[in-house]
Amino acid sequence: MSATGDKAIDALQDLADYIESKFPNEIDERRIANDELSLVVPASSLVRLCKFLRDDANCLFKQCMDICGVDFPDREKRFEIVYNLLSMKHNLRLRLKVETDDEMPVPSVTGVWPSAGWWERETWDLYGVFFSDHPDLRRILTDYGFEGHPLRKDFPLTGFVEPRYDAEQRRVVYEPVRLTQEFRTFDFLSPWEGMTQDLPGDEKAGEGAGSQQGAPGAAGEGGKS
Amino acid sequence: MSINTVVAGSTAGMPESSDQDPTIKNMTINFGPQHPAAHGVLRMVMEMDGEVIERVDPHIGLLHRGTEKLIEYKTYMQAIPYFDRLDYVSPMCQEHAFVRAAEKLLGITPPERALYIRTLFDEITRILNHLLNVPAFAMDVGAMTPMLWAFEEREKLMEFYDAVCGARLHAAYYRVGGVHQDMPADLPEKILTWAEQFPKFMDDMESLLTENRIFKQRSVDIGVITQEEALAWGMTGPVLRASGVPWDLRRAQPYAMYERMDFEIPVGKSGDCYSRYLVRVEEMRQSLRIIHQCLEQMKEGPVLTDDAKIAPPRRGEMKRSMEALIHHFKLYTEGVHVPAGETYTAVEAPKGEFGVYLVADGTNKPYRCKIRAPGFAHLQAMDHVCRGHMLADSVAILGAFDIVFGEIDR
Repeated sequence: MSATGDKAIDALQDLADYIESKFPNEIDERRIANDELSLVVPASSLVRLCKFLRDDANCLFKQCMDICGVDFPDREKRFEIVYNLLSMKHNLRLRLKVETDDEMPVPSVTGVWPSAGWWERETWDLYGVFFSDHPDLRRILTDYGFEGHPLRKDFPLTGFVEPRYDAEQRRVVYEPVRLTQEFRTFDFLSPWEGMTQDLPGDEKAGEGAGSQQGAPGAAGEGGKS
Repeated sequence: MSINTVVAGSTAGMPESSDQDPTIKNMTINFGPQHPAAHGVLRMVMEMDGEVIERVDPHIGLLHRGTEKLIEYKTYMQAIPYFDRLDYVSPMCQEHAFVRAAEKLLGITPPERALYIRTLFDEITRILNHLLNVPAFAMDVGAMTPMLWAFEEREKLMEFYDAVCGARLHAAYYRVGGVHQDMPADLPEKILTWAEQFPKFMDDMESLLTENRIFKQRSVDIGVITQEEALAWGMTGPVLRASGVPWDLRRAQPYAMYERMDFEIPVGKSGDCYSRYLVRVEEMRQSLRIIHQCLEQMKEGPVLTDDAKIAPPRRGEMKRSMEALIHHFKLYTEGVHVPAGETYTAVEAPKGEFGVYLVADGTNKPYRCKIRAPGFAHLQAMDHVCRGHMLADSVAILGAFDIVFGEIDR
């Protein structure tokens, strides 16, 4: 198992070196974790890089398996657009990431892979990331006339409006969401790191007698609801 | 099938170009959203030139339930049932993708028996799926009987589902670290008995379809997709293999116990609807081979990892050990903490590559869980494939794509 795993990582390492040699200073970051290679690239070189990845004999990433967004509201550029590519010839997967915010458009890769069309529409629909040069950037999964981008972290799970068939008006009407009971989120996340091998307080054993003041205060702050 | 049934949805307006010959007009029609041949809620706006399709614009999302958003609010174990409800005719394969993603981030490998059970049930699921799709496709082009026959077989397979997890459809059987419980002792025997008679059923069903003149007239050379097109449009699974690309994740990037299985990957030649049908039929026979091998090779053993921080304790142990009780309580309330990281993990679901892009932030809930549904890519190519075909062919193409809206709309 580990021997094949090492070989796979070597192949990814080689691939990353190769791409970096062809695109010097254009790969912002490269990371190999969980036997998967991901590259962070600037939006400006995305389309050029994708064309290269598709056509170069050492890459041949002919299939774009998936494009999606991830929202990190704390970051300066809050959205990450993730491209999962597959090379059948070399049996490799590659992940590209482009960082953006809700104003900066990302160039569309529909010219490279036609399959990107709907995935980019979906990302636009759910995250509100704009793709420039997209031939048909409409909403895709949400309702006709929907407002907002539901997979953003600041969009509430219950949404804002709900549809209902109105018998008097004989049509579907949209109304603000009314919850018959209060929205419940069960936060079971333990304020103490309960699932590790160390028991709470173990860290004090190593510190010696000097730090006995912190103990009562730390215990009192535990109840997070 | 007559045109009248296909145009069951309301007809929308006609284009304004009145300066052309007034007797010939392009007509825009609505296919769906409620239509028996649409395999769910699909609305296709079709621009027709007589009976020839000029443009198709599929409108999806009518079954959108916000699965990805909901999963962000659930623990890892609570997220598993959502995967049954995506493609509701192949539930366990999708659970497999999710639990594999979580296992990859946790860095654990389930015990061998669990992997065998997963392989076994992935293949049962594959037959279950193809047993729906093949006759549904046949029904779309006019054959009624295969559907009735196949549903009887499906019922038998669902009993195996029932035996291991208590549910016929929405299994929620796979767990992070293995499967929920071991198979009943008499189940292998039952599966073997079923597997004995299944080839007979396959022959019967094939005798109705494979050389059937009407079926062939409706499917041969309809919706031809070349290798290059199939790759460019991100197609996977039987649709890709029917176009002549020998690509199967079970072979190329083996998971579970597929490395030890001896099976063949059927590949089509022409890439039309008929070869997609043939590939699926042969896949069922190959799945049967894998089922036999799983049952032969399977040995007794644990079915869930023994790491108490990941898998809940067995019931008996929980009644006696205080520590096991605590673990049980913590796992069923707080859940597993998955270390921060990200992974794109895919399995060969019956419809194609089903992938899960999972981003974990170290807490007990996924930070982001993107679901890559094979049908999404297939339906996207609908416009490309349908152009120039007759209206009634669009139904055949749709049927051979194996579209299920649970996974496309998510």
